[in-house]
Amino acid sequence: MRSQIEGSQAVARAVTLCRPQVIAAYPISPQTHIVESLSDRVRTGELAGCEYMLVESEFGAMSACIGASAAGVRTYTATSSQGLLFMAEALFNASGIGLPIVMTVANRAIGAPINIWNDHSDSMAMRDSGWIQLFAESNQEAVDLHVQAFRLAESLSVPVMVCMDGFILTHAFEEVDLPDQAQVDAFLAPFVPQQQLDPDEPVTIGAMVGPEAFAEVKYLMHAKQMTALDEIPEIAADFRRAFGRDSGGLLKTYRLDDAETVVVALGSVLGTIEDVVDSMRDAGVPIGVLGITCFRPWPAAEVRAALAHARRVVVVEKAFAVGAGGIVGQNTRDATRDLPLVVLDVVAGLGGRPVTRASLRGLLDDVVEDRLDPTRLHFLDLDLALVERELERSRHGRRPGPHAEHMLRDLGTVASGAFD
Amino acid sequence: MAFQEIKLYQTGTFVVGNRLLDPEQRTVQARTGRSNSLTSGHRACQGCGEALGARYVLDAAMRATDGKLVAVNSTGCLEVFSTPYPESSWQLPWLHSLFGNGPAVASGVAAALRASGRDDIRVVGQAGDGGTVDIGFGALSGMFERNDDVLFVCYDNEGYMNTGVQRSGATPPAAVTATTKAVGPEPGNVFGQGKSVPLIAMAHEIPYVATATVADLHDLEHKVERAMSFRGARYLHVFVPCPLGWRAASADTIRLARLAKESGVFPVFEAEAGEVTAVSRIRRQVPVEDYLRPQGRYAHLFGDHPRPDIVARIQARADRNIARFGLLPEGDE
Repeated sequence: MRSQIEGSQAVARAVTLCRPQVIAAYPISPQTHIVESLSDRVRTGELAGCEYMLVESEFGAMSACIGASAAGVRTYTATSSQGLLFMAEALFNASGIGLPIVMTVANRAIGAPINIWNDHSDSMAMRDSGWIQLFAESNQEAVDLHVQAFRLAESLSVPVMVCMDGFILTHAFEEVDLPDQAQVDAFLAPFVPQQQLDPDEPVTIGAMVGPEAFAEVKYLMHAKQMTALDEIPEIAADFRRAFGRDSGGLLKTYRLDDAETVVVALGSVLGTIEDVVDSMRDAGVPIGVLGITCFRPWPAAEVRAALAHARRVVVVEKAFAVGAGGIVGQNTRDATRDLPLVVLDVVAGLGGRPVTRASLRGLLDDVVEDRLDPTRLHFLDLDLALVERELERSRHGRRPGPHAEHMLRDLGTVASGAFD
Repeated sequence: MAFQEIKLYQTGTFVVGNRLLDPEQRTVQARTGRSNSLTSGHRACQGCGEALGARYVLDAAMRATDGKLVAVNSTGCLEVFSTPYPESSWQLPWLHSLFGNGPAVASGVAAALRASGRDDIRVVGQAGDGGTVDIGFGALSGMFERNDDVLFVCYDNEGYMNTGVQRSGATPPAAVTATTKAVGPEPGNVFGQGKSVPLIAMAHEIPYVATATVADLHDLEHKVERAMSFRGARYLHVFVPCPLGWRAASADTIRLARLAKESGVFPVFEAEAGEVTAVSRIRRQVPVEDYLRPQGRYAHLFGDHPRPDIVARIQARADRNIARFGLLPEGDE
């Protein structure tokens, strides 16, 4: 059924249709509307047979999910930003045990400085946590990915994060085709774990493993997650058959045929990039887009195949590794290391800065003219004057103290305190 | 009070002599049908109080629930010595996740059982004092506040023994640990404000809170049974001497637990809905020195440079417990 609906409400409806039996929730923006809506749905009986736990922290939320999943029920939570990092230890634990927990990450920047707006620093920081990471481009895809995520998680016994851009998607009202219960029930069988905490068949879960087998356990984790590269396209194909639309999969390509320049990106910014690419195509520029839907496991072979005919690739990503560079860029270079192409790293949209068509057009014009230095990390729309002033100050004597102090004063965002 | 303290004892101890009791009055541990939830072959140290405590508690809980029990374990000695790959000493469904999340994991298990219509299966969470009073404290308080249907058991050996005997929030004043050595002007752990999780648990007004020691098996088993008769959040704090961490003889585990209670160092009581309902009175009071002397962690108080001033401060704390909980034998007050 098509509805004009807020992204968070749509996701909450999709999760409801998946019939989770335990939801553990802790509020953090911009994920809050999802768990608020789920609370309503449990209280009104729309989501029947579900225990909704109001826990004391995100660490508690993931921990409760771990306990519930090990006890054999379908389990869900949602978080963002600092909350995801506060869960970090439990994320590795959930994947290490192999618990098929599904979690929405409403992507938001990581502080300091504290910032509630969108970027991908949170889920990127957890890219090595052993969770599958799927990135939604639109609210429709966010809805569809949740339905697929439960099936994927339970098929492989691996936890899955569905990442959707905070505010940009979670708080946006747009048309979404919501599946009905019968469709979802037909697509997603009830959860039947191979083992669970059961007094009739007692098992020890979470035992200590020493040097004699730890590497083997980790190898098997990796092997299992890599099978998701086969599983995800199959689930997406099944989804297309059942629901009549394309959603999910590993990658999405846009006007890639004959493209000499390819923009690689994740999440909602893909739509804007596609608009810019359309206008450049109109101007005769051979340019296309490669959207990464599945970032973990990293579909290296598929990325390589998609970029096999490109001359230059620009990765536009909403996070970076401080002191190293692009994250998706690094993975892309690794996937294409035997190809004769240049991979450029561009950081954009940090802390909620809008990624506009105008800025992207300027960037991509520079890219197709080979005006970007491939040895450097680039930042879209960086206030160079502001940064330069601060760098100049530090040249005249460093002093220990908060990074942003001077810059915030320059911008007039600090209400009090004179600046010399 | 449903529980009648049985005042039989063997010569030289206050241990209740099982053999003198009618079979139905004997402890769960004395019964042939005990579940051996934590079975033999594990790798605990000789004389480990926590191993005893865990077996006593879980066997009693298994009996109280007719074997319908799930255990959740925080990281610590108990988890390490019981599950070295590929072995397990657990004969009940058992889950270990992390150090600081035991109560939240246990709450999740309870929620899942309720969602599955299996709330006949009960949940016990267990951790050492580090996992309970320090790193797992937020999760524990949350579990209490929500009144989740979990019995959480703290096996308190007063320090981080698994990592090599460091100070925890439950380490008593003056005790030597690897991070509070007997050096400097204030040897051993500082005299802080203390952190009584049983009292904090009571402040949450949860249905049932109790303390116990491994020295009084009847009392401990009674409290587990009592705890399992309630629904909602329950807390049991069990005093478990650690021969390794306390530098005490392995044979002295039970004796030290008894002396902790008989000196007033460790008050043994029960509380329901925030009110103390029963205390285990001291049978024959001993000075704290009797409890401190056998432990190497207090050796600096009695050596070539004795510190009677510090012993007096510890005595004052015990006296405060005695007065606060009314621990003296009846007629002595």
